[in-house]
Amino acid sequence: MNIDSIKNGIVIDHIEAGKGMEIYNLLRLDLLDCSVAIIKNATSSKMGRKDIIKIDAKIDIDMDILGYVAPTATVDIIVDGSLCEKKKMSLPEKLTNVIFCKNPRCITTTEQELPNIFNLTNREKREYRCAYCETRASEQ
Amino acid sequence: MRSVIDIKDLSTKELEEIIAVAEDIIENPDKYAHKCDGKKLATLFFEPSTRTRLSFEAAMYELGGHVLSMSDAGSSSAAKGESVADTAKTVSCYADIIAMRHPKEGAPLVAAMNASVPVINAGDGGHNHPTQTLADLLTIHREKGRFDNLTVGLCGDLKFGRTVHSLINALTRYTNIKFVLISPEELKVPSYVKNEIKECGHSYVQTKDLSEFMPELDILYMTRVQRERFFNEEDYLRLKDSYILTPEKLATAKSDLSIMHPLPRVNEISVAVDDDPRACYFKQVLNGKYMRMSLILKLLEVL
Repeated sequence: MNIDSIKNGIVIDHIEAGKGMEIYNLLRLDLLDCSVAIIKNATSSKMGRKDIIKIDAKIDIDMDILGYVAPTATVDIIVDGSLCEKKKMSLPEKLTNVIFCKNPRCITTTEQELPNIFNLTNREKREYRCAYCETRASEQ
Repeated sequence: MRSVIDIKDLSTKELEEIIAVAEDIIENPDKYAHKCDGKKLATLFFEPSTRTRLSFEAAMYELGGHVLSMSDAGSSSAAKGESVADTAKTVSCYADIIAMRHPKEGAPLVAAMNASVPVINAGDGGHNHPTQTLADLLTIHREKGRFDNLTVGLCGDLKFGRTVHSLINALTRYTNIKFVLISPEELKVPSYVKNEIKECGHSYVQTKDLSEFMPELDILYMTRVQRERFFNEEDYLRLKDSYILTPEKLATAKSDLSIMHPLPRVNEISVAVDDDPRACYFKQVLNGKYMRMSLILKLLEVL
């Protein structure tokens, strides 16, 4: 399958297979005017299968969302047809409005204009806790 | 400008400074009687609490300051739908420091993020209650003279009991603490608190039997099973009478055991225990006032 290479834009590579659409939605790529290609289940020597997203424009990507949802991903910045910069993801220290607190006792459940902030509390365990009530994200 | 929302907001050195000032207040109350002249404390209590609010208010009066009090959320602007953030910004215009209790976890943090004066968390649901922990620490300091080499029994609701979690966090900063965690199966300490104990190099045992480790204890910290922490009345009724401390149960305890309780109690400590010289829970109330005085002084930077 051939997808034209891009001249100036971004390639999000090494996405865990099956997560491409989720990232497309979370990064709100549906709002872009430029060409966006999602390649699903591409062959990868490292990962077996992977998803790739190609965006034919230089846009600001929310690295926090990407780092949280797709920590294996890499972001390639393409300028004039060649690789200008390659960024590896890492888990962000803080997530704002990416995940939401479901603890019914948390202040965010009654004051909905508050940003939902989660802090990384254990990098090895990928553990995030709500900044307000400290409930663990995976407990919800 | 600093706020105290969680006991973790205070370093071990700061805790010791606050204790030292509280001890000095006890020895020399006159020295502190005008430290807060002209300053105002706003007590914003969105949840019923008599003792904590009165303790904060007494603390401020004894420092020579004044108190603005909001104790009935039903009559406040919160009932009209005002956000915690707006309340904090507004009250900052009137007061020099705020003490806030709120039923929602994290509300005092929201207040601190928006206020232009220091905010003290006076209890946010089942989450944090740092000034209770300050009261507990001064009590241990005065009764035991140390924070190291202690066997500390914690009994009752160890799952929702915020005072228990904060006290464990404060004590794990010291050395050689053995925690005896006494609770029914449904109210056991959450795993993250147990991990904290282990990671700091301390040990713990879990038991359902209040008497099993009684002879080993230096401190016995009793807690109430709180109705307001349960969504289900049936579970509350089943668990509320799990542990009741009586003079008979204390027969095997050390002669210098310190019996503590954050109060109010319902029936988990028999009234007959009150006359036992090992009962410290009313001293703990008084210690709470001194520690709140000391904390107010620290946050207002008037020392």
